[in-house]
Amino acid sequence: MGRSATTKDAHALFHSLRSAYAATPNNLKIIDLYILFAVATAVIQVAYMAIVGSFPFNSFLSGVLSCVGTAVLAVSLRIQVNKDNKEFKDLPPERAFADFVLCNLVLHLVIINFLG
Amino acid sequence: MARDLGILIIAVLVLAATCESAVLSPVSESHRSAALELFSPADGSYGSLEETYEALKTFKVLGIEKKHDIRTSSCASVADTLKSTSSALKDFVDALRVNSILKCELNSEAVRGTQSRFKDSLNGANSLIDFYYSIGGLVLLKEQMSEVDVNLGDADRIFRSIKALGQSDGRWRLSSNNPESSNNAAGIALEALAGVISLATPQIGNSLITTLKNDILKLFDGIERYDDGTYYFDEKHVGARGHQSPLSSSASVVRGIAAVAAATSETLNLPGEKILGLAKFFLGVGVPGSAQDLYHQIDALSYLENIRQVLWKLTFFRALYNKAHPDLKIYSSDLDFVAALVRVSTVLGSPAPTLSVRLMQIFVSGSKDASVIDQELKFDAVSGMHVLETLPKNIDVGSYVFSFEVIFHNPEHKKTYVSGGRTRVLVHITGVIKIDNAEIVILDGDRGSVETQKKLKLPGDNTVALSANHLQKLRLSFDLSTPFGNAFKPHQAFLKLRHENGIDHIFLVGNSGKKFEIILDFLGLVEKFFYLSGRYNIQLTVGDADMENSFLQPLGFVELDLPDAPEKATRPPPQAVDPYSRYGPKAEITHIFRAPEKRPAKELSLTFLGLILVPFFGFLAGLVQLGANLKSFPKSTVPSTFAILFHLGIAAVLALYALFWLKLDLFTTLKALGLLGMFLMFVGHKTLSHLASTSSKLKSV
Repeated sequence: MGRSATTKDAHALFHSLRSAYAATPNNLKIIDLYILFAVATAVIQVAYMAIVGSFPFNSFLSGVLSCVGTAVLAVSLRIQVNKDNKEFKDLPPERAFADFVLCNLVLHLVIINFLG
Repeated sequence: MARDLGILIIAVLVLAATCESAVLSPVSESHRSAALELFSPADGSYGSLEETYEALKTFKVLGIEKKHDIRTSSCASVADTLKSTSSALKDFVDALRVNSILKCELNSEAVRGTQSRFKDSLNGANSLIDFYYSIGGLVLLKEQMSEVDVNLGDADRIFRSIKALGQSDGRWRLSSNNPESSNNAAGIALEALAGVISLATPQIGNSLITTLKNDILKLFDGIERYDDGTYYFDEKHVGARGHQSPLSSSASVVRGIAAVAAATSETLNLPGEKILGLAKFFLGVGVPGSAQDLYHQIDALSYLENIRQVLWKLTFFRALYNKAHPDLKIYSSDLDFVAALVRVSTVLGSPAPTLSVRLMQIFVSGSKDASVIDQELKFDAVSGMHVLETLPKNIDVGSYVFSFEVIFHNPEHKKTYVSGGRTRVLVHITGVIKIDNAEIVILDGDRGSVETQKKLKLPGDNTVALSANHLQKLRLSFDLSTPFGNAFKPHQAFLKLRHENGIDHIFLVGNSGKKFEIILDFLGLVEKFFYLSGRYNIQLTVGDADMENSFLQPLGFVELDLPDAPEKATRPPPQAVDPYSRYGPKAEITHIFRAPEKRPAKELSLTFLGLILVPFFGFLAGLVQLGANLKSFPKSTVPSTFAILFHLGIAAVLALYALFWLKLDLFTTLKALGLLGMFLMFVGHKTLSHLASTSSKLKSV
């Protein structure tokens, strides 16, 4: 009975999260998708390294950090663009996007340099 | 100032020959050929008149017919120089000198013009060079053009003003401003003073001439000498005319003295030894390499010839002696072996007057005692040489010094010739030394009885094989005697024992009379041999400069059995490493590299490459599912261009990064990135601000 209760609770939790998520605006969903994509790429790289060993360690780091970095930047973009966030009410989303693009470009310069 | 006068200087006859140094030879064909070579004109002329004069004078003294026809060009240049008014005094004098040898046809107008130039400059002269050239010019004019009046009225004053530049040590200064005095300047001054004396009417007072002679003697006090009796004049300071070599300074002084001798009718008593020394100096130069040096040498010798120098040349030969003593050969230190004997001539090679040469003494080289011989050498009129026919009886193999003296037949010649007294020549008399009774013996230490005895043939092939232990002795003995049977002590008599590993031990072989003997006592030598047993090669060396059959020979070997070395014994010195092995190739080095990392299989890598792309496609699929669109892409032209440019800019930056990874370096990338970035900023700003404005418009609406 507990088990079914927990499962039912889990199901209920899951459904409520899903419906709540459905309410988020589309642009935020796009950003979330991007974050997911970046993280998935990082995971695949780590799995590869786990299989073949970390010989060009700098390349591995560079690849992983590129994914992680871009994910982090996307997260910060999402925070800034989110209309429910009172802190960034006065910040136009275009400005946030411009920051996102700029920081990504700098990140990728460093990544390419470190890639070797 | 060249005058070919007779004898004016009394000196004793000069016999130039040397003690132990090389015998000097008089002027010979080698000088003539050198003169032709050094003084060859470049396209028909010699350059300056000074060089022309030097060449002509040298050829004249050496008696060379002028092969090069430079007469026309030289005469033309002489005439030009004399005509032109802008020539310096020196050029006039050089032109007149050349003319005195070539005797060109000259325009008397031009000549008179030069005469007034000379007289004017003489009146205004105050430096030695001015006096020298003006007086020199006047003297040359007088001897070439007899109709020209060049006599000096105020000769006394000029004489005194030249003398005023002289110093108390006999040298002269070039001018009153210049405190440095030199021998070269003294020579110039003497020539100038001689010119004044010859040109002066009325005659210059005798007191002045006497002071001049005293000056010359004082000048000779400052002469320098080498140990072999060569005298020369050298300069202590570098003068205004550059550094004068001893050759040019000595030549200048000789010219000055000869000019004074020619101008005065009295005699100068110059020390004969110094004149002889000067002749030796000039001859000792050999054949000079430069034209100017050759000129100085030949010119000075021609003036000394006026003093009649006599030079000997000593040459000995074999032919005469082989007849009498087939074993004895005799040669002199200058290795000139041709037939005859003593030739006596002057420095320029002209024949000497009748005289006889006597062998006075023979010294054994290195010792003071001598045997007095006093034997006259026979004069062979055909070859012109003095022959020494028989050697004194007691001359054996060895080195001797023969002392010769020249005796004149005509006592008058003593006044005009200079000889150097006794002349010494080093002579080696060599011969074949007989070596007898050579034997090598191994003796038993205590009893002295002979264990092994081997006879040796010296010099010859010997291979004796001996063996000895440390209790025994080795004795080597032989007799040396000269062809006459006397005892002979060579300079070198060594016995060398060489061990297999290269260590040498050398012993001197002592002698008593004819017998040479050495005894090696191995008991005492054990430590010297470093306790090394084994085979020792024996080598005997007997040699001397006068021994014709000197030898250095291996005699065989001796097997030595020595006791073992105690711990404290000295180790034998390490043998030298073959020096070439140091620079030879070294051993090959094998490097150990770090093993390369294990790389994964290619297929695995490619699989994962594919796998990486999967999330990207997932992202695109998700976008489509979410309904992402490009609806708010600006529609009108300007904003749309900016928007497109914005996207293109980002794509360009990413392409730059790809290029950076592939081949660019950081700095080029950063430069390009800077430019692209600025563009992107501008475009991005435009686009985003446009988007912001449209969205705010939407909001407000």
